[in-house]
Amino acid sequence: MTAPPPVTHRQRFDWLLTVAVLAVGATFVRAIFFTPVEARQGAAQKIFYIHAPSAFIGLYVAFGLVAVAGVLYLWLRDERLDRIAASSAEVGVVFMTVVLLTGPLWGKPIWGTWWTWDARLTLTLFIWFVFLGYLILRGAIDDTGTRARYSAVLGVLGALLVPFIHLSVYLFRTLHPMPIILKPSEPSLPNSMLATFALSFSSFLLLFVALVRARYRLAVTVDALEAEDAAEPSPIAALRAEPIH
Amino acid sequence: MSMRAPPGTFAAAALIARKDLAIEFRTRSAFLAAIVFSLLAIAIFYFAWDATAVGATDLAPGVLWVIFTFSGLLGLHRSFGVEEADRAIDALLASPVERESVFLGKALANLVFVLGVQAVAIPAVALFYNLPLTRVLGPLIGVAVLAAIGLVSVGTLFSAMAVNTRLAELLLPVLALPFFVPIVLPAAQSTARLLAGRPAAEAMSWLRILIAFDIVFVVACALAFPFTLED
Repeated sequence: MTAPPPVTHRQRFDWLLTVAVLAVGATFVRAIFFTPVEARQGAAQKIFYIHAPSAFIGLYVAFGLVAVAGVLYLWLRDERLDRIAASSAEVGVVFMTVVLLTGPLWGKPIWGTWWTWDARLTLTLFIWFVFLGYLILRGAIDDTGTRARYSAVLGVLGALLVPFIHLSVYLFRTLHPMPIILKPSEPSLPNSMLATFALSFSSFLLLFVALVRARYRLAVTVDALEAEDAAEPSPIAALRAEPIH
Repeated sequence: MSMRAPPGTFAAAALIARKDLAIEFRTRSAFLAAIVFSLLAIAIFYFAWDATAVGATDLAPGVLWVIFTFSGLLGLHRSFGVEEADRAIDALLASPVERESVFLGKALANLVFVLGVQAVAIPAVALFYNLPLTRVLGPLIGVAVLAAIGLVSVGTLFSAMAVNTRLAELLLPVLALPFFVPIVLPAAQSTARLLAGRPAAEAMSWLRILIAFDIVFVVACALAFPFTLED
């Protein structure tokens, strides 16, 4: 184990997060004002510029990172890997919540229903539940080593679970639009919309990276403070240890 | 000086399963609770639905497998809960048996528990819901065994983790239920097809998922189990 870095109490300016937020803002401006309105779905289609990149990042990038960091942690026992997994899971839950909120907003005018037990919706919902279980598990363990091992085990098993939920829910009919961009043939979108999609994917990915980085730094600070406390008990801890007369 | 050689992986697993089942047989607390819970749930489910709108045969498969899942959780939590008293788990880990044997033994005892609950719950559902049980009994037992294997492998692992957290028994359903989706769904769907008198081949695509789940998760959980114990 490496010695914890000295705790800096000064707030650092997070330039990456600032750039990411500006990029997401620019994406919204472009999607709303400079991208043509889809002929049949109208304005509702514009929610895809939020929905699709959030789904891709939440389901694949964040979940993949949790699982890979979990496997590597069980092998290498490096606490940095556990911090990456924890940060990725927390930010991933936010992105998946965005997916689950924007989906019904689009579904109501287009499908005529907020929610349907379609294969992809069900899969997303249950992965969201696995993510939430992961965070609840982390919150319920105090010992850092145990917490890291347990959450790594859950992260890896969760990744094994995905294809099974996928298979079993796909035996039901699916209503969800088929992939438009990530498919073997040419993307079936006009160039102006495709450019907006490319922009939204990159800006959301940047936001994900920036948020995970910020959350990781927070974890480092918290760990360092805990180590400081362990080395030199705070006045409050000293008071607690004293018997009450 | 005579030293008995430590038992092999499966012999040790059988010993641990026998120990757990002996405790359960002498106290019968969890088993009775699970049986009563199942019977109550069967009655409440039937009452909560309008029997004239939804046919009992349509309702039965879902009810059966949801009850099966929740009553299984009752037994699964006890699995490592009983080891907490006097830190019995430390003695178990200090004994010369492999960690995988501990997992297999615990899972085996849980399997017997879950199948025991099933042996009461399935006839009870058939009785209350007026199902043609005898016609489909053979395939239905097959589905029940396949589902039980997947359920206890995941449940035993999460039970070992849940007892070491502050939430204890509250955490087990939160962790385990998403993992039961690929068990409950295929089990309920193939049961529905069997009860409707459809050819067994129609249930095969569902059963294949169940079999694949069992293979992957029995192996994965046995491999992951040692990580939940060390220190």
